[in-house]
Amino acid sequence: MIETSIVPAFVNRGSFIEMNGRDRAKSLFDKNSWRELVGPFDRVESPWLPKQGIAPQSDDGCIVIKGTIGGTAAVAISLENAFQGGSIGEVSGAKMASALDLAARDSAAGELTAAVLLLETGGVRLQEANLGLAAVAEMISSILNLRQYAPVITVIAGTVGCFGGMSLAAGVSSYIVMTCEARLGLNGPEVIEQESGLEEFDASDRELIWAIHGGEQRVGMGLADALVEDKTEAIASAVREYVRKGLPPQHRSRQVNLYRDRIAALDNANQINPLQLRQLWSSKESKGGPQ
Amino acid sequence: MEHITFEYPTAQRGITKRAHVGVVGSGDMEVLLEPSPESGAHVEITTSVNGFRDAWKAVLDRFFSKFDGAVRIQINDAGATPGSVLLRLEQAVEVIQQ
Repeated sequence: MIETSIVPAFVNRGSFIEMNGRDRAKSLFDKNSWRELVGPFDRVESPWLPKQGIAPQSDDGCIVIKGTIGGTAAVAISLENAFQGGSIGEVSGAKMASALDLAARDSAAGELTAAVLLLETGGVRLQEANLGLAAVAEMISSILNLRQYAPVITVIAGTVGCFGGMSLAAGVSSYIVMTCEARLGLNGPEVIEQESGLEEFDASDRELIWAIHGGEQRVGMGLADALVEDKTEAIASAVREYVRKGLPPQHRSRQVNLYRDRIAALDNANQINPLQLRQLWSSKESKGGPQ
Repeated sequence: MEHITFEYPTAQRGITKRAHVGVVGSGDMEVLLEPSPESGAHVEITTSVNGFRDAWKAVLDRFFSKFDGAVRIQINDAGATPGSVLLRLEQAVEVIQQ
């Protein structure tokens, strides 16, 4: 007799997206190699949210885990999308920048420490606007410092996406890993619609949104490096691979002339469609040189 | 936003472990449960929803009718229903019993 399960296979795939921020970060490390830095019992919370009538979280939605990935020292910084949309405030931003600075200090001293950023975030926390913006600036300079020594790997799994100031952090990282469900963009669909009107961007059109911001498109046009399924083991193995590989020959954000030329070469007399852009831009040059 | 505190002086059993469960996401909450430095149990709640002191008291009275650990509990709440509150508290107890 053939046994059939009523539970479809995808239910048991070990989803990465469905875990919370802390479990996502832990899942990337070698077994029993990790410890959490500035955890919930240290109670470093946002002092600004309660003043505005919002309950804070004891880790401010930013989880820092240190350990080894494939035997190499690494730190993962994970944003909890369920708390305030994974937004960056003063505390969560300081945790992220300090963790990156410690990784850079260790790397400069000879103990190479890679960083993994799990960016499920709408960007700066509006309730802490200026402090959040300052935090993004600090974080970007911390990433630029660390990436001289060790790779900074961004993972965007979904479904919040990675937008606003944090998309800049993704942009300066060494590698970006995405799922089909994930989105990456500077301005989110609703912001574009609000600022430029419905004719410019229809934020209710999911097909349009994923054709522009979705993981498949971002990897297809060379702005992200790996498209993986929403499976914990698939994402962990992609991260291990990039940690093992080390620095790319050239960081994408250094390829200013390549992108300047590409933008200049676009024919904007006609509406450019996402598939065309993939064909025009998908070359190995934009993925940090020959693989 | 409202701060609510409760004391359960008869909860005297010594506890050694601590637990952190939940996320302060819509309809959910986080619980930090750890050994109390003083005798009895102390509960501190920060909730974004005002006016539910009686409901919190009812849920915690029920929880401490079964649980007698001398703990300090901190709750950050983003509108968890009484059922979710009790489940999160029981989950934290499960973690310290592992």
